[in-house]
This record gives sequence, C-alpha cells and structure tokens, in this order.
Amino acid sequence: MAGQPFRGDEGGLIDRERPIAFTFNGERLQGYAGDTLASALLANGIRLVGRSFKYHRPRGIVSAGAEEPNALVQLAVGARTEPNARATQVELFEGLEAESQNCWPGVGFDVGALNGVFSSLFPAGFYYKTFMWPASLWMTYEHWIRKMAGLGRAPVQPDPDRYEHRFAHCDVLVAGGGPAGLAAALAAARSGARVILADEGADFGGALRGLRATIEGRPAMNWVRAAVAELAAMPDVVLLRRATVAGYYDHNSFVVSERPAEHMAVPAPFQARGRLWSVRAKEAVLATGAIERPLVFGNNDRPGVMLASAAQAYANRFAVRPGSRAVVFTNNDSAYEAALDLARAGVSVAAVIDAREDPGPAARRVREAGIESIPGHAVINVQGGRKLKAAEVMAINGDGTACAGGDWRAIPCDLLAVSGGWNPAVHLFSQSRGKLRFDDRIAALVPGESFQRERSAGAARGTFTLRGCLAEGFRAGAVAARAAGFDKAGEPPVPDCDTQAETPLRPLWVVPLPKHTRLKRFVDLQNDVTAEDVALALREGYDNVEHLKRYTTLGMGTDQGRTSNVSGLGILAGLRGKSIPSLGTTTFRPPYTAIPFGTIAGREIGHHFAPTRRSAMHAWHEQAGASFIPAGLWFRPQVYRRPGEGMMDAIYRETKSVRTTVGMIDVSTLGKIDIQGRDAALFLDRVYTNNFRKLPVGKARYGLMLREDGMVFDDGTTTRIGESRYLMTTTTARAGEVMRHLEYCLQVLWPELDAYAVSVTEEWAAIALAGPASRSVLERVVGGVDVSNEGLPYMGYREGTVAEVPARIFRISFSGELAYEINVPADYGAAVWEAIHTAGRSFDIIPYGTEALSILRIEKGHVVSGELNGRTTADDLGFSAFLSKEKDFIGKRSLAREGLWRPDRKQLVGLIPVDKKTRVPRGAQIVEDPDRETPVPMLGEITSQCYSPNLGHPIALGIVAGGRALHGRTLHALSPVTGERVPVTVTPNVFIDPKGERLRG
Amino acid sequence: MMLIPCPWCGERAQVEFAYGGDATVKRPADPASASDREWHDYVFVRDNPKGPLDELWYHAAGCRRYFRVRRDTVTHAILASTPLPEIT
Repeated sequence: MAGQPFRGDEGGLIDRERPIAFTFNGERLQGYAGDTLASALLANGIRLVGRSFKYHRPRGIVSAGAEEPNALVQLAVGARTEPNARATQVELFEGLEAESQNCWPGVGFDVGALNGVFSSLFPAGFYYKTFMWPASLWMTYEHWIRKMAGLGRAPVQPDPDRYEHRFAHCDVLVAGGGPAGLAAALAAARSGARVILADEGADFGGALRGLRATIEGRPAMNWVRAAVAELAAMPDVVLLRRATVAGYYDHNSFVVSERPAEHMAVPAPFQARGRLWSVRAKEAVLATGAIERPLVFGNNDRPGVMLASAAQAYANRFAVRPGSRAVVFTNNDSAYEAALDLARAGVSVAAVIDAREDPGPAARRVREAGIESIPGHAVINVQGGRKLKAAEVMAINGDGTACAGGDWRAIPCDLLAVSGGWNPAVHLFSQSRGKLRFDDRIAALVPGESFQRERSAGAARGTFTLRGCLAEGFRAGAVAARAAGFDKAGEPPVPDCDTQAETPLRPLWVVPLPKHTRLKRFVDLQNDVTAEDVALALREGYDNVEHLKRYTTLGMGTDQGRTSNVSGLGILAGLRGKSIPSLGTTTFRPPYTAIPFGTIAGREIGHHFAPTRRSAMHAWHEQAGASFIPAGLWFRPQVYRRPGEGMMDAIYRETKSVRTTVGMIDVSTLGKIDIQGRDAALFLDRVYTNNFRKLPVGKARYGLMLREDGMVFDDGTTTRIGESRYLMTTTTARAGEVMRHLEYCLQVLWPELDAYAVSVTEEWAAIALAGPASRSVLERVVGGVDVSNEGLPYMGYREGTVAEVPARIFRISFSGELAYEINVPADYGAAVWEAIHTAGRSFDIIPYGTEALSILRIEKGHVVSGELNGRTTADDLGFSAFLSKEKDFIGKRSLAREGLWRPDRKQLVGLIPVDKKTRVPRGAQIVEDPDRETPVPMLGEITSQCYSPNLGHPIALGIVAGGRALHGRTLHALSPVTGERVPVTVTPNVFIDPKGERLRG
Repeated sequence: MMLIPCPWCGERAQVEFAYGGDATVKRPADPASASDREWHDYVFVRDNPKGPLDELWYHAAGCRRYFRVRRDTVTHAILASTPLPEIT
C-alpha cells in the first residue's frame, strides 16, 4: 500500500488517527476517516477516474459535491453494488471497493476511445440521424450502443438491506445546513418552532467546510459546531445528516432521502440503509447553496481541470493538494481565494488568468502572495491527455467574442482551477413552482416570485458573502417561524465576518477559439456536449431551449446539468443574439439527486407489498393442503390437492363432486353491504335495474347494477332480511367500488332518502354448501329452521343456527346445484366450517376452490369479470328481462340510445370446439374465416374457457357480434399469441341444466 | 401531495381521499324526459376549467363522506371545503 503523496502534513477535517484501506480498480489504497472517495484518490495522486459517455475521453474529478459530472464509479460488488455513485460524495469506509465505469478493458486503455478519434462522425443528434432506419435493425444497434455507452451495472441479486419510510410534520423545514441554513434553523428553533434541518453531507457546515473563513475572529467551523450543538440540545429540532431534500411538492410537502448507512460497507443489524421521509412543513427555508460554473474552452474536460472551489475544498477540508503546479482561470473574485488557499496548502500556483480587464483588489492580494496575475486573458486550450501538462493562454477582446492573438503562451501546470461564476441551487425553489429570475449582477438564475410557503436564503438566492448568508439565514428563519405562528421569533445579531470588497464578474459563457483551430469545448461533461454541438443544433433549427436540450442531450445526464445548464443557455443566447431571460429555462424536476429504488420501496416489498386479507377459515384451508390464489387483497383457496394428486385431477374431482354429491366453498370474500332505512327499498330500486320493492321479507333476488352510461357495473344477490333492511352482496373484485357508488348515490344524488349503507364484509364468514346432498348435510347441523324445499324454497332466506351458532341461511346457488349459503359471525367461521365438514363426511363432502367454482359457473354460463368488462350491456349478456320498465334506475336513460340495441353488438354465447377435444385458447379472437386475406374482421373474443369434466369436453364463453343469431354456426377461435386456431360451434351460454331444475329441487 | 380539509375530520393527506369529479354537474331530475343532448352532457361532458373549480371529494379512508371542495386547478390552492347540504 503506497503512502498518500499529495496529502498535507496537517489540517483538514480528517482524522489522521483512523487510516482507512480501500481499493480502486483493484489497487489497494489508503485514506483517512473524513475523506470522500474523491479526496482519497487525489491524496494518492490518482487523477484519471473514468471515461466519458460518448467519446470515452479520459476524465478526472471536477467538483467536490453533488454536481459532479465525471467521477462516477461503480461501488462494491455483488448484491450491494451501486452504479453511478459520485466519488465526490461517497464517504470513505474500510473495505470500500470502487471501479471506473464506462471503459473497457480499463480506464487507462479504453477501446471506446476510438469514438473520440472519429468524433466528427458523432455530431449532435447522431443517434437520431444514424440509427433510425431501417427500423427493424434498431434492436441490433441498440445492443451495441448500450454496450459501448455502458453506464454502470445494476445489481442482479436481491437487495440484502432494509429501507424505511418515515412521516414527519414540522413548523419549519430548513433544506441545507450551511451557514444560511444553520442560521435559519437557530432563529426558528429559538422561538419554539418544530424544526427539521436536513443536509446532504455527512456533517453540517456546507461550503464552510472547504473554506478558511472566520466568524468573530475564530474559524467559522467553530461557529458551526456551536450552532449544531445548540440545535441538537433542543427537543423539537430534528437534525438529519446525509439527507437530501430531493423533492418539493404541493402544499409544502417534501421528500427527503436519508442515507443512514451509506458510509458503511454493511449496515449495522436492523439499521436501514435508506430512509425516505415524507415531510409536511408549515414553512420552509431553502438554503441549498450555490454550484460553481466551469468555463468552456478547448479540451476543458482533461483530468486536472477542476472547479476552483473544489480545488480549494480539497486543500482546506481534506488537506489534499489536487495538483503540484496550478493555474487558476476565472471571471470573478471567488477563485482568488482558492488560489491563495492552494498556495497555502503547498501547491505552486503559477498564475491567475482573469477574463476581466481589471480584477481590482483581489488581483493585488495574489500578487502580494507572489502569484502572477494575468487580466484580460483566457485559457483557450490545455495540453495533455490523461494528465494535464499546460494551459495555453491568450488575450481576448473586450466582449469576450474573439482572441486578440499575438501573445500566445503555454503555462506548464497539472491543475487548472476554473471558475465561471456561481449558480444558486434553485432546484427546490423551481420544483415548488416559484418563478426564476435572471440576475445580471451574478449572471445566474435566482429565485423570483414564490409560489408556496418558502423563502430562500444565502447563496441559494445569490448572496455569496458569509456575512450576507448569516444575516439572510437569521432573517429567513425568523420570518418562517413567525409565519408558522411563533410571533416572538426574532433575528439574532449577525456576528462579525471578514468580508472583502468584490469586483463584479464578467459573464464568459464560452471562450473563443483562436483563428484556424478546432477544439472540443465541453459544455456538458457528462453527456459530452460541446459548444459546437449547441451551434450545430441551432443551425438545424433547434433554437428553443427545450428542443436544444433533447436534441443535444445537454443537461440530461445523471447530474441533470447542474454544471452545464446555465452555460448552455448563455451560449445559445449569444448565438441567437438574445438575452438569457428571453429564452426561458428548462424545468427543474424532482428528485434533486437520485433516490435509490430500495429507499422508494421502503418496507413495502415481497409479501409486505400490500396487506393480505385472509378469511376466518384460512388456517383450515392451509391444513387441508389448499393452494391459494390472490383475489384483490384476499387469498382464496384455489384447489385442495390430495397427496400425489395432479393439479387438474384435483380440480376436476372437486367439480364433479359438487355435481354428484356435495362440496363446500369459502365465499367470505364476496362484498356484503347492510342497507337500512325507511327508503331502503326505494334506494335499491334506483340502483338496481330490477324491482326490489316487491321482494318479500325472507326472499333473495339476483340484482343487476348499471353505470350511468348504461353498461353493466356489477351483479350479486340481495336479500330482504327485514321490513326495511337488506343485505346486498357484490362480486369480490368490485366490493369497494360498489360501496363508493352507493355512498355517492345516497350522499350526492339522493340525500333526501332515508337509507344508509355499511360494509359488513369482514363481520361475516360465508360458506356455500352445494350439491345434491347439500340439504342432507345442512339438516345435520341446522337448528330452528326447516330447510326442506317447502320450508326454505329456492331464493329463500331464514335465520336460525348452524352448529349452534346464530346463522343467516340463504338458498342461493352459483354452481347451479341445490345449494345454501351460510353466514355466521366471522369469529365462529372456522368452528362452523369444521362442523359442516364433519357432518358432511358420510356424504363424501369435499372442500372446493376457485378453480372448480370457475368451471361450475362456466358450465352454467354465469358472467364474471371477463364478461362484465365495462363495455357490455344487460342485453348483450341476455339480461334484458332484468330491465324494469316501471321505474327509473341508474343507467336507464342511456339505454334509450339506439346504438346500445344494435343487433350486431357483441353478445354473450357459448362455444364448443367442433371436435369436442381441442381446448379453446384463452383470450382468443373469434373470426368467421381465418383464411381470409388480412385484416380478418374480428367478430368477438373468448372471455372464459375450461374443460368441463361433467360434459367431458372443452367449453367456452365468448362475446360475439350478433352472436345470439348465430347459434349452431361454426366460427374460429384464433390465438395470434400461440398460433392456435380452433373451429368452434356457437351455442347458448348455459351448458348444464338450462332449465334450472337442479337448483330448485 | 395536497392537504385536503375534510369538513368532518380536518386536514388530511390526499391519499386518504378519492376524487369525485365536478360538483356542479346535476343529474336531470327526471331522466326519462331529459333530451338526448341533456343526458349526454350529464353523463359524458365535463368542463376542464383553468382556475377555481367546485369538486367532490370522498374521504374513502376516513369518514366515508362526500363533500365539496373549491380548488384552483392551476395552483392547487384549496379555497373552500363544505359539507353537502343535508336533506331530511
């Protein structure tokens, strides 16, 4: 393991007592606790970190934060591997393994770099222009493009870590824990407001961590530590580290992505790796800081070209020299401090090149420190490939549009620190729908008119002095707290800070090229978009900023153009001869930085993805060997296989038993709605198509419900269990929808009705007992009720006991056999089920599942979701007789539309394969002549199909245009998916006992 | 996520509610005598105004009451929230 040749002997917010071993591209290296991966790499002298996306050009570290466009690495191995991690934000931990992305076979020699050699063949819009035709080959192209482009690799194993969701409310949310954010949190919290302060870094301080600033004559970080200690001691303050406020949504709701265990190889036991906070804040303070802009000049992407503030942060915060000999290139004052700090850290600073003619006092300060100041000049190109060798400098004219020529000079260096000014991080403000404003003073977008209850403070609103940040932070915190109801919130006095006079910046969006040169000047480093690409897109007509973005991919990388968007705008404005504000900006969308999928999913994975609903008899079904099938949130027994029995054999056995002896099925999942009130009957008459007012007490009736557009909505059996009390059943799938529909009718349409509906689905366990022997079984357990055909006729209802438990007994049938449905209070469901099963033993009773139930109902031609598909009318399904002529009901008026009675509408029919052997393909299309030239007219579709063990051949239900007039005709069921084609005979839809003699017996 | 004031339960997050559509649409009192145009407009036609709109919300995960909300469709500002008129 080598030493750390670029690490200073002292200083920095690192712990030299805690060396940390890590590997990069297989090489074992060492850093210190407090390092990021980027600072540790620089300490070890590693500058080449990755390859660019399109041209595979060698790239190094550009920034020290979330804006990093280049230094993206693949972290860890196996299930915990993570692509596109920004080395500048990855905290170093023992055993960290990182690899370069986007290069093969290695970062030093990369085959894809040939793209760069032929780069004139890869202009803006290259993929659109080249690979669009023939369209059939896109799949082939895409494979190779993806391989060459090759962003990181997603893990292929299940995620071994846990993730959590948390919800929180607060009076004031402060986004960003730099000086302004800390000041805001202090001012708000001292008034008693509940405050949440979140910062993306491992600790608070923001930019102060990388600066040598002082507050009241002492290092600014002392003030930061005192502020954090004060906040931490307050009970109503939540301090979130490693937590990015990633999204700002309606009504002051926020999403915060916290990474509690990101700085460890493996989270501690029961520790979440990611935590997603949903925060509702009365007021918000956005103190998100600012991001430095690079400058755009020839070969400005070479490793060694770095933002001046980043070089400064590496020197101050990490005691790392990001190079041995530096040149600084700027158009504003901030980089002069960087130059001085680099010199102090032992970097030999050759010169500060400034695009401005008269840099003012800042230039004087660097000259006093022995650094050459070169005003009115620009770096027009750099020399060196994988490592920077020299900066080429030339004078530029007054408006920065051309090189003055003549005084070309190359200054040897291995670090070029650049600053093109600062962009306030207005992302959250823009997400909140606030209006951005272009501020000429700093040539950047700043928050304008607010839309939600927020205010920006400090660098996030374009205030770059420390004193200004503290003052604005205190004010914003006090204002927010007062707005949240803490009237006494005041502004603490602003402490003394050293503040230098500033010379205004000079916008320089792109450095001009010397005559007769062609150099790549990168605007967007991550997506390899150059100034020439912007010009080309404009020439081809993409003059709108949104079009420019999509055509060139400018700002569309994982960095979302944090360092490139405003520069791109400036270049476009210059080319069009317009002002930047007149062009508008692209939209900032959440999240600010990527949120891991695991964090978004939280604990809602696997069988915690949704709640599980189990009936009262679930445990019995499990013991009886049932397999289960989800039905909405319910799990219903699908089939009860006996040891050694095949799936289909079991289903057919269950089906036959119901038709020949007796079976029992758990129907607790059907929706049950208790409807009461003086107008309950009238209400039912209005929601059902058929008549319920005349239904006597103690009788059940099939009911059909329509939507207001006339299509069938749901069906079920409704029983009059008292003079003004009904029990409605719904399908399992639509139970919730029907309930909401009834509430709508009662509360919105007819509030004058005295009727009330309440769901009682979960109060009752429901057992259907079906088959010729069902009465004999019931007689053994029933009490207080005569269940003979006379005592309890078909569609009758009685109350009594079953297994000595109070029970509701309905003589209704879905299977078409003699059948009863028994409802008992849910707590007794398992006992009553068990009792019925025991009583049925001598009749060979069997439990049956949903598969057998489905076959039984297809045999009887009953409709379910496939037929009730929202596009079928009552008449389509053969239910015209249920449409009362004597009253109005929901959907009736729509039935007056003649289109709903056209004879060629798709109507419900039965279908039997002509050979009585071949299964009808699931979901098949029905056509008259499959051999016709395409397009073959489609007459309809198969909605249900099965093999009928009772008939001994396959059957199906379908909806077929004019189908009722086609009984006896042969049509064809085609499945384009499987290639099957089966001739089928059209029949009525009831296959067994069409007269219904069995169920009335 | 919007914060919706239920007149019965107070301010709750939007996930607790189901949207009930335009509250100003009236079901014709006597559908049988409504013209085809009137009925068609009632069933199928909804305005999509930019600005304040009276709409119904249903507190599905709460009190199960429909109520009226006046909401600005541009800003999502909730301008009013009132119970439906009770008729007894």
